[in-house]
Amino acid sequence: MKKAVLTRASKLFAVTTLAAGISLANAEDTIKVGVLHSLSGTMAISETTLKDTVLMMVAEQNKKGGLLGKKLEPVVVDPASNWPLFAEKTRELLAKEGVDVIFGCWTSVSRKSVLPVIEELNGLLFYPVQYEGEESSRNVFYTGAAPNQQAIPAVDYLMKEVGVKRWVLAGTDYVYPRTTNKILESYLKSKGVDAADIMVNYTPFGHSDWQTIVSDIKGFGSAGKKTAVVSTVNGDANVPFYKELANQGISAEDIPVVAFSVGEEELSGFDTSPLVGHLAAWNYFQSADADINYDFIDQWHAYTGDDSRVTNDPMEATYIGFSMWAKAVEKAGSADVDKVRQAMYGMTVPNLTGGMATMNANHHLSKPVLIGEIQADGQFDIVWQTDGEIKGDAWTDFLPESKNIVADWTAPINCGNYNIVSKTCGSAVAAE
Amino acid sequence: MRIFVLFCLACCSWSAQAQLAEADLTLQRLAQQLAVASYDEKSALISQMAQLPAERKKPLLEALASNSLYSRESDQRLFVIERFKPGERIQAFFYDESLLIESRRQKRDFDKIGINNAIRRTLSSELALMEVSSGSDQQRRLAAEQLLKSPQDIDASRLQALIAQESSPAVAEVLGLVAALQQLTSADSSQRLAAIKTLQRSLYPQVRVALVQHQGRLDASNPLQAGEYQLVQKTLASIDQLQQLNGYARDLYFGLSLGAVLLLAAIGLAITFGVMGVINMAHGEMIMLGAYTTYLVQQLMPAGSEVSLLVAIPAAFLVSGLVGVVIERSVIRHLYGRPLETLLATFGISLILQQAVRSIFGPLNREVATPEWMAGTFMLNPGLELTWNRLYIIIFSLLVLVLLAWVMKRTLFGLQMRAVTMNRPMASSMGIRSGWVDALTFGLGSGIAGIAGVALSQLTNVGPNLGQAYIIDSFMVVVFGGVGNLWGTLVAAMSLGVANKVIEPFAGAVLAKILLLVFIILFIQKRPRGLFALKGRAVEG
Repeated sequence: MKKAVLTRASKLFAVTTLAAGISLANAEDTIKVGVLHSLSGTMAISETTLKDTVLMMVAEQNKKGGLLGKKLEPVVVDPASNWPLFAEKTRELLAKEGVDVIFGCWTSVSRKSVLPVIEELNGLLFYPVQYEGEESSRNVFYTGAAPNQQAIPAVDYLMKEVGVKRWVLAGTDYVYPRTTNKILESYLKSKGVDAADIMVNYTPFGHSDWQTIVSDIKGFGSAGKKTAVVSTVNGDANVPFYKELANQGISAEDIPVVAFSVGEEELSGFDTSPLVGHLAAWNYFQSADADINYDFIDQWHAYTGDDSRVTNDPMEATYIGFSMWAKAVEKAGSADVDKVRQAMYGMTVPNLTGGMATMNANHHLSKPVLIGEIQADGQFDIVWQTDGEIKGDAWTDFLPESKNIVADWTAPINCGNYNIVSKTCGSAVAAE
Repeated sequence: MRIFVLFCLACCSWSAQAQLAEADLTLQRLAQQLAVASYDEKSALISQMAQLPAERKKPLLEALASNSLYSRESDQRLFVIERFKPGERIQAFFYDESLLIESRRQKRDFDKIGINNAIRRTLSSELALMEVSSGSDQQRRLAAEQLLKSPQDIDASRLQALIAQESSPAVAEVLGLVAALQQLTSADSSQRLAAIKTLQRSLYPQVRVALVQHQGRLDASNPLQAGEYQLVQKTLASIDQLQQLNGYARDLYFGLSLGAVLLLAAIGLAITFGVMGVINMAHGEMIMLGAYTTYLVQQLMPAGSEVSLLVAIPAAFLVSGLVGVVIERSVIRHLYGRPLETLLATFGISLILQQAVRSIFGPLNREVATPEWMAGTFMLNPGLELTWNRLYIIIFSLLVLVLLAWVMKRTLFGLQMRAVTMNRPMASSMGIRSGWVDALTFGLGSGIAGIAGVALSQLTNVGPNLGQAYIIDSFMVVVFGGVGNLWGTLVAAMSLGVANKVIEPFAGAVLAKILLLVFIILFIQKRPRGLFALKGRAVEG
């Protein structure tokens, strides 16, 4: 009996090695690039653009002769805005297709769902969207903004340049707004803002009736102190929110709204003339005045065949991620995940705003932070930017549970959550 | 010859230059400094420019306010550029020069004269000062209200002159408030007291802000200021009392308008689910199709965007109604009496329709313009401004309901429809083609959902997921109101809307929704047939 099991196991082993051999043989002809963005369901509105961006970059790279003399081959899958499906599709990409790198995910919950699979199979994921931080995985490079590269500088701008004293933190009810608002609340309090001057408000996904909330904001703002709204309202709920703001006549001069999830693409769905002056904080705006940005926009228009298509921050993050990966593969002389990972540290590529993006040992980028005001044509006018690039901080310093945690994937620490006080790795688990 | 032409050109430009009035020259000099000024310096420059009697200052400041003023790097000439698009011509402001934009890159030759919110406020109050003395009374009143926002930026003697020559009492009243707000900070206490008295019954939010700020400056324990402190406190209390009444009115209005949206979304379902008993999960997608029809109609008649919404109503009814008839004939008719299969089949249809729309129109939201007459607010009193679009939607939803009730009660089709639902075999034996009545009834319900889509396109995103947001709410309303009863649907929608808006201010949007759902679950336990249950034999069927 035991023998029978053994032979069956060895047969199975033989079959798997054979299969692995075949996929290895395939991999030698091309370098496979996985694209894991939702093309259907709720998130398709945002993620389809990023799929197109990756495909455009792949085509561009192939025109230049590919990488290491091999062509790049994109493998596109559709996780359909379904979080468990993200994990399944990742497994399919890594185990079945044998991709060398994956560009994908938008929501934090989809990334969390991919995480165990990508760590188990030692894959490589480039995540291009701003998020709440409190994470650093060996197998993920985060090319979007961490809270200290978006939320904190935006609040600083409002405090110092606009003189805001009263704060509304409005968000959709899920992990990114909740964590960001927790960070902001403790940051504001550390700057001497009274608890009575902070109003926190959460709404369900896709909330469409904003009458009461907007009129509450109006009331909160009529207490004699300069008031601003910090909005982490997500995706689809933004249009009715802004429409209601415009309808109730809240102009940016009275109560400015600074948003972290509203970019050029979200604004392309409606008339922005009543919203002129409301703000957004990003690391990139389409209006950035740099040659490389004009080239990128031209390339995007040529690729999509539509010169009214806009570019946005997650696209820039995808662009930076892809150029870094391509450069790292050439530097490492191989598409092997561990070699590429080592080559990534300290890697520098130009960003689209005229500066340089650097990959740090905590898997987060150094990027500039820009504040833009909404214009009548749906674009942003950059009114303020940080002096230089800000280094992304994986674990925020403004929450007690993550204050002592750092991420450093280079020797000697080699750890995604290292406690600098107890000098241990993985000892503290942050709130999710 | 060539020399002669050149000479002439020079002559022309010289004479044009000469015609620039003295003030316009100063304006030009100041304006050109804007390009290199910091935000603080810009504010100062703008105030200086506003003082000039120059003819062209208004268009210049307007261009600046709309962020379309640029300075050319090579010679600091100012240009007004609305859009930077290849193929468009741009015009220099002080010079007779126009340029054709050849490529987007040319933008690098120009520096935008950027403004921030602080400068935008200075500009809008300067422009308001100019507008307060020209235009219709309505416009001038709006301009005067704009001045309330930053009374300290306005020169007091200029303001007094404006009040003295003001003919309209409404405008004069608002200007008087502006003057009173200025006097609140005066050093003379009798002037301050007079100002507080002027502000007494005003409900403008800026007045309350100023009074709260003023109260903060006063010291209640100082006998010299105690009387004034109490007066401010009394004034604030009376304002707050009025505002509280306004608050109730506002909550009621918000509740009714949410109720109207629920009613519109649910009314079609009251037919397909309520009357026919089909659990139609694709109902939301009928709404979405209506919204997309609105978008298409607007694309087809861009010039007539004011009336396109009216054209879209019958168009959306037809599109959604036809799709409804097709769905009924091809799928649902085979599934009557099998609710579980109907549910699954219609859910599948809803996914198919969503993805179809996503493939045809793309995953991005589409822009549906709001006609001029639906935008903005109307003012009942200065503390209570209500939005026009919501008012139209309340009226529209009631109209649709009345029309539908008329069709059901007064037309032959309505009679046949009711006959088939009450007793199908009997109706058939009376010669009614029950199959076709089913198809048309389903089409009617779907068509009305399409009309709801026209209204919703004014409130929310027009995207493939539009319908999903409303399907649960619609079922909630129909079940709560009592299956098969239109008036029940009306009462249910309105009471759920108002209840939601009354709870929301202190419980938050998330909790308000949960509380309502819990309430409905408990209610259904007590009265399984909803608010207005149908009685008699129909219930048994």
